[in-house]
Amino acid sequence: MGRKLLLANIDVPGIRGFDAYRAHGGYAAVEKALRGMSVSEVSAEVNRSGLRGRGGAGFPTGLKWSFLDRKSDKPRYLVCNADESEPGTFKDRYLMHHLPHLLIEGLIISSYALGVNTCYIYIRGEFKYIVGILERAIREAHQHGFLGENILGTGFSLNIYVHPGAGAYICGEETALLESLEGKRGNPRIKPPFPAFKGLYGCPTVVNNVETLATVVPIINMGGDEYARIGRGKSTGTKLISASGNINNPGVFEIEMGLPVEDFIYAPEYCGGIANEKYLKAVIPGGSSVPILPADLMLNTAKGEKRLMTYESLADGDFVSGTMLGSGGFIVYDEDQCIVRNTLNLTHFYRHESCGQCSPCREGTSWMEKVLYRLEHGEGKMSDIDLLVRVAKNIEGNTICPLGDAAAWPVASAIRHFRGEFEYHVKHPEVVKNVHHGALKIEKESLIPDSGTGVNYW
Amino acid sequence: MEYNNIITHPKFIKEGKTVAFSDEIMAKVQSLIRRYPDGQQKSALLPVLHIAQEELGGFLSVDVMDYVASLLGIQPIEVYEVATFYSMFYLDKMGKYVIEVCRTGPCAISGGEQILAHLQDVLEIKPGETTSDGIFSLKEVECLGSCGTGPVMQVNTEYYEKLTPGKVDKLLEDLREYVNRDKQGDSSWAENFC
Repeated sequence: MGRKLLLANIDVPGIRGFDAYRAHGGYAAVEKALRGMSVSEVSAEVNRSGLRGRGGAGFPTGLKWSFLDRKSDKPRYLVCNADESEPGTFKDRYLMHHLPHLLIEGLIISSYALGVNTCYIYIRGEFKYIVGILERAIREAHQHGFLGENILGTGFSLNIYVHPGAGAYICGEETALLESLEGKRGNPRIKPPFPAFKGLYGCPTVVNNVETLATVVPIINMGGDEYARIGRGKSTGTKLISASGNINNPGVFEIEMGLPVEDFIYAPEYCGGIANEKYLKAVIPGGSSVPILPADLMLNTAKGEKRLMTYESLADGDFVSGTMLGSGGFIVYDEDQCIVRNTLNLTHFYRHESCGQCSPCREGTSWMEKVLYRLEHGEGKMSDIDLLVRVAKNIEGNTICPLGDAAAWPVASAIRHFRGEFEYHVKHPEVVKNVHHGALKIEKESLIPDSGTGVNYW
Repeated sequence: MEYNNIITHPKFIKEGKTVAFSDEIMAKVQSLIRRYPDGQQKSALLPVLHIAQEELGGFLSVDVMDYVASLLGIQPIEVYEVATFYSMFYLDKMGKYVIEVCRTGPCAISGGEQILAHLQDVLEIKPGETTSDGIFSLKEVECLGSCGTGPVMQVNTEYYEKLTPGKVDKLLEDLREYVNRDKQGDSSWAENFC
């Protein structure tokens, strides 16, 4: 069993409330940082920890903080990205639901380090019940002098506000999130300028994921060097992995980076093996956007080394034989699942969630969905498979935000590793038409673009 | 220029009603607006639309959207373009309980499709429709962030996880009971903000 830094106290009764959280060492990191450390010392600890963004991109957090324009005379903002919408990812929801004060504590320390006095938590609208949990935690922190004016008598002031979204995957992209926070449609902005210079209201802004900000707490408590000793290479510390799909124990697990993938899937303290004693077929290890890998490549790299749960090991082999750690949304497929059907399901998702701003993504996702639909329903042609590859390739890298890539990668990787299954759908239309293979299904009517997010402009 | 007269959308419903928040809700809304810097009151648009949808009829009619625009001091079109973008804002009249079933990847593997099929059978409506008694609307939604506890659905804003057809039947029964007793099923948006 690995060390638990974030979820150590998850089972303590009442840990959601201030008193229990405080009694178990809560807010000690705030006291340590605000009373005993300078702004640059806090940033230095985060730098030394090697912490990398937990939202998906894995960008070093200390480096991101260092880009913040400190010369500007405009106010600075810290925005917490709690718009967790990547299929397969539910770790932030778990963290906020059970340990809201851990996030608040992380926000206070991070705001102190960044010189921020106003902080917004942008949370997806579907998590309305968590809005109430966070608001309560904020109120409690105010009552105990950890928020508001002159915190702990140090002269540092901070207010945190919760801001709900309203159902748009795209708002998890940081510039779309800022647009949405300004009360607009969630259309991503062209970068540069980066939010570090022109973010919220045109002011210098840092946007970090919930888990990233919560991790600042153990880093300050134990020191950056100590934190960096956990893990392997440039993947330091622990990571929350949300596991779902055909496994015995779906749920959120905190793992030490470097855990072998095989142990994670089969060990009883983690996923507990494949459900119903079936075989492992494939895994999407980092949320639906990252490439899917077949079982053999998931457990061992192409070079024959054991695949580990780290940014580097999962990416070993690049996209030819590797994938990404992403957000840690670990989706497991057993032998019964149809890859074509699953790819259609995910492409439907990306088509629905495309903001419609860039043509390659708006048109491409819709096109891929239609081609996948006919393949899945036994109406496809052999040439459709290469057509999909071509469309995916033309989306990738040609859009303002990474959602285009996110939509292209699942299709490209499914064909790369499971081309035979796509060909089977073309060669045996009578079988795929009549056999209910796997659990996923898309109704033909749903291919018509609907209103709301997506392609239906007026 | 009269923006209202030239901007239209096939789904927009204009009822010609005068709408307004109660004093209590208005106080909440004003405190929400104060969370954002001076001149940036438009930032409160999403939270205020949530409250407006809940308090003023369950969907966003043109009347409601124009009212919100006037509260925030912005043009109606700025509200329309937002209301048509986000999937949680409804432009049509909805049932008292909006049932949204997750159809994305992990939920689909764990039986989301069967739950949706069961709901269609029991309620005798398709996704996008409302029962004739106006109690239930059925919708498919994308990932609700509950992949480890699927299949999942959201009824108004409450999550119901690890569903089985039996659990769905029980829930529908309970909700019908609520309607008969005219009881509120869940907490309101305004209540959630302190």
